[in-house]
Amino acid sequence: MSDQSNFDQYRRRFLGGSAATVAGMALAPGVLLHEIGHAKPADQAVSDEVRWGMLIDSNKCAEGCNDCVKACNDEHGLTGFDRPATDAQWIRKVTLKDKETGYTQTLPLLCQHCEKPPCVDVCPTGASFKREDGIVLVDKHICIGCRYCMMACPYKARSFIHETLQDQKPYSPRGKGTVESCTFCVHRVDNDETPACVEACTAENHNAMVFGDMNDPSSAISQQLKQYNSRQIRADLQLNTGVRYRGI
Amino acid sequence: MKQLDFREIDGGKPFYMLVGFIGLFIIAALGAAFYMEHNGHHVTGMSNQVIWGTPHVFAIFLIVAASGALNVASISSVFSKTAYKPLARLSGLLAITLLVGGLVVLVLDLGRPDRLIVAMTYYNFKSIFAWNIMLYTGFMGIVAVYLWMMMERKMNSYTKPAGLAAFVWRLILTTGTGSIFGFLVAREAYNSAPLAPMFIIMSFSFGLAIFILVLMGMYKWSNRPLGDAILYRLKNLLGVFIAAVLYFVTVYHLTNLYITETHGVERFILLDGGIYTKLFWIVQVGLGGLLPLALLYLPATGKSRGWIGISSLLVIIGGLAQIYVLLIGGQAYPLEMFPGKEVSSSFFDGVVASYTPSLPEFVLGIGGVAIALAATIVGTRVLRFLPVSLADSQVDPHYKAEESAA
Repeated sequence: MSDQSNFDQYRRRFLGGSAATVAGMALAPGVLLHEIGHAKPADQAVSDEVRWGMLIDSNKCAEGCNDCVKACNDEHGLTGFDRPATDAQWIRKVTLKDKETGYTQTLPLLCQHCEKPPCVDVCPTGASFKREDGIVLVDKHICIGCRYCMMACPYKARSFIHETLQDQKPYSPRGKGTVESCTFCVHRVDNDETPACVEACTAENHNAMVFGDMNDPSSAISQQLKQYNSRQIRADLQLNTGVRYRGI
Repeated sequence: MKQLDFREIDGGKPFYMLVGFIGLFIIAALGAAFYMEHNGHHVTGMSNQVIWGTPHVFAIFLIVAASGALNVASISSVFSKTAYKPLARLSGLLAITLLVGGLVVLVLDLGRPDRLIVAMTYYNFKSIFAWNIMLYTGFMGIVAVYLWMMMERKMNSYTKPAGLAAFVWRLILTTGTGSIFGFLVAREAYNSAPLAPMFIIMSFSFGLAIFILVLMGMYKWSNRPLGDAILYRLKNLLGVFIAAVLYFVTVYHLTNLYITETHGVERFILLDGGIYTKLFWIVQVGLGGLLPLALLYLPATGKSRGWIGISSLLVIIGGLAQIYVLLIGGQAYPLEMFPGKEVSSSFFDGVVASYTPSLPEFVLGIGGVAIALAATIVGTRVLRFLPVSLADSQVDPHYKAEESAA
């Protein structure tokens, strides 16, 4: 009985919502476009007043440490099939060695959450999209698996799902035949938590990764960006990345 | 020139055997596509490094060739060369069937081919892919109308404007195909404006080579006379197109060689890229460019049908190699994110990606060619695409003049 009333309630809400959507589409398409990026369905909408960003200090990034990668894989269930060429990697540790001097350093590389993302430009269906708050995501429902975004990404940040997946995390849906990449742990960010990689780095006391709102002058990331020199990878492309680096 | 008599090709057992034989390749391709989709792309040679593989080589080749196959009709309708008029219908038919063949391969290689309807209903108007979806469907529609104007006597007077529309549309279409790569800033081998005009001239060459082979094949198979005059015109034109492709390839590489930033990828393709270097010099430039150019113009071979056929085949093989080198070689070369640094990671950063085409990929690609051929043959069976005779006395405007002069 209570199941039935729950269902009725759900149905009423759904129908009401649908009617509102249809009305909204008919009356004010422009307004509706701004409403799509609901980050916090509870009470707060995503807005471009926030720009989520990450500052990575390569000097603090320990060689041989893989905690951020492990945390990401655990968080999103990226178990892999022991096939490195086709397994998904949302974040990876990259080692750089200067060809002239031999100076070696290491850093994590992930989706750079560009302000002007080439993946979003080239996506034929609009499955690749950028939220108002700067997080670049793939809508797995309308991704047709053409992989043009992977051709366009200057950071090799995206993975194509080459085989059937099981045991997925409910907050991080994935699917064979679609493309995916780092979500900045949007499910955590929307609950005022930090991405799993940042949390893991901080837990190890490496503190090489700082996450926050780059639009908020009082945030830790803004203060550090103001205080220290940082740079964007492939800054020549002027994509205004959401991930910045120190020490490279 | 006499009034041309267009007729359907004969049906009967040989026709069904031929279509049935080609059909086997189509069935194999569908099987290959199902196998790849069912298991996921890990059963192919493709990976997160080489994202577009052999199916794309065939698909891009067919799409590029499709717009080029229309050239013969354009020369007739837009540039009023009457000698090409008897060939215009076949030219239009091939343009449509090659495009269909290429698109089928492209769609069946998608991660989610079942979502084709999504591609038709959701558009991101900044995406060159989305433009191309409209350019391809529009091309088929315009060429279909163009064929109708040519084939329906009452509509003949509209042939020229329809032909002009199709000609302009095809130039835009190939620009769009070239721009899929030309507008990609991320990769060193692409991101070059000359790619769009280069794709146009590639389409001239590949499309005409396919046209010549199909024309020779169809006329031999259906025992219809095909005169030398028309064939020599086509092969001379093919020679010009081959030279033009070589010119554009030279300019493209010279541009990259001048710019220090692209020295790495040029060294890879031209010097030490292994299979890609070999394919470039031996197959693309040698077998697919210089050799057919020589064969078509040397007096000893230029007047021989056999050598004209072989030259056309070489152009096709060279064209496939050219797209393979550009597409797969361009992906195999690592992204340069950190200039001056040696890069290494668990995700193949900084290393040349390996790619070996798998059998299903190849079978799917061949299936696209088979679809184009089968559709062309069936088309000529059901509608009047081919003149009964293309003997010199029928089609060569200078035939009588030459005879009387002799």
